[in-house]
Amino acid sequence: MLTKRIVPCLDCDLNVPEGRVVKGIEFKQIKYAGEPAELAKKYYIDGADEIVFLDITASHERRGTMKHVIEKVTEEVFVPICVGGGIRKVEDYVNMLNSGADKCSTNTAAIHNPDLINEASEVVGSQACVIGIDAKARFVENPKEHTDKNIVETKDGYCWFDCSIYGGREFTGIDAISWAIECQERGAGEILLTSMDRDGTKDGYDIALTKAINDAVDIPVIASGGGGNPEDIYQVFKQTDVNAALAASIFHFNEYPVHVVKDYLKGKKLNVRI
Amino acid sequence: MVTIIDYGSGNLKSISNGFSKIGSNPIITNDLEKIANADFLVLPGVGAFGRAMDNIEPFKHLILEHINNDKPFLGVCLGLQVLLSESEESPGIKGLDIFKGNVQKLPDTRKVPHMGWNQLNIIKNTSLLNEAQNKSFYFVHSYHAVVEDENTIVGTCDYGIDITAALNINNVFATQFHPEKSGVQGLKILKNFISLKQ
Repeated sequence: MLTKRIVPCLDCDLNVPEGRVVKGIEFKQIKYAGEPAELAKKYYIDGADEIVFLDITASHERRGTMKHVIEKVTEEVFVPICVGGGIRKVEDYVNMLNSGADKCSTNTAAIHNPDLINEASEVVGSQACVIGIDAKARFVENPKEHTDKNIVETKDGYCWFDCSIYGGREFTGIDAISWAIECQERGAGEILLTSMDRDGTKDGYDIALTKAINDAVDIPVIASGGGGNPEDIYQVFKQTDVNAALAASIFHFNEYPVHVVKDYLKGKKLNVRI
Repeated sequence: MVTIIDYGSGNLKSISNGFSKIGSNPIITNDLEKIANADFLVLPGVGAFGRAMDNIEPFKHLILEHINNDKPFLGVCLGLQVLLSESEESPGIKGLDIFKGNVQKLPDTRKVPHMGWNQLNIIKNTSLLNEAQNKSFYFVHSYHAVVEDENTIVGTCDYGIDITAALNINNVFATQFHPEKSGVQGLKILKNFISLKQ
């Protein structure tokens, strides 16, 4: 039986040679959590099922730094590695995979150029093409007036989900459910789904969003945004069929080490890799 | 010497790092002479069956010779699938035909690709999978191997249906999962591989 994956995410500032993992709230109050390679190794030893590195600077000039970080990490870390931020061309995928990464996640570049998904999946395979979707709920008074959107009923009312780009700084008006289906058809192998309403809040995952996207596609979905404690992670697994949950800050500063989260889930009878 | 065949099929560094970690000194190469002289030959691979077979063509005779000489051989993921006769992924293209059978698309009753950690059921004891019973390994694939001779299946996992997780004939071993991405348990399998008699 497939186990539920626990995926720590490292938000990396690559303006220093070895990179820094940052914990910040909308880029303010930035706190350094450590070096990416060191933290990744710690999480690997502690039982992380996969590790995501997100380049928050997402600048093309820093590709070399990320490559260096991944090369260093994969000498010691033997679980799948996903890299996101600044992946714009097929060449970027190839470079990252050659450094030892297993998957690349794209958001902005795929929305600007959806053919990138077809081209990249053709070259590196669907399993390496993760699409990041950063979605925000747009509540509507009368669902019947929005026939061009996929309306979801939530406990707070009816809404559709709007895709954002540039790390949540710009909204596109693209319906997240339709976009997820299109990504799958174009060859994406997985969706990394972040709720922009919950990201950084520690209020728990957006269950309505996660369920809506996960049920709409046949490829795996990683839930992200809002995971503040082991119970939040349990709830997203209990209430939706996603098989992976991502969290960032709860793992930094030893708030909830990976093994603590896994022991909690195991205690709740979920199938996790211990 | 562990020799990893570089036939242009991505992420060779991880498996090489895995062997380095357990104290072996692997080489990644497309040099025919080095492949011919390999003690332990490893065929990794991600991507599509058809393209892989095209890329393997220059090395095909050396792989078959290595196997015929009963030297240890390990195929990983797509490196397992190409050992079969053919694949639904690339109709009309012949595989290496070490294991009679074909590679089929996973049923759409579950999420595809089958991605994540799944528990191994040992069907038959082999030195490769020593102590791996019920341990979790990392899988990522959309096609699975269906072999004619069930005696060659040494491990399976449950994904709604029984999926071939590992195959073995003589000194030929193959895993659908990625030992190099399966943490300490995966590294143990690489160690078991290099401990095989040459």
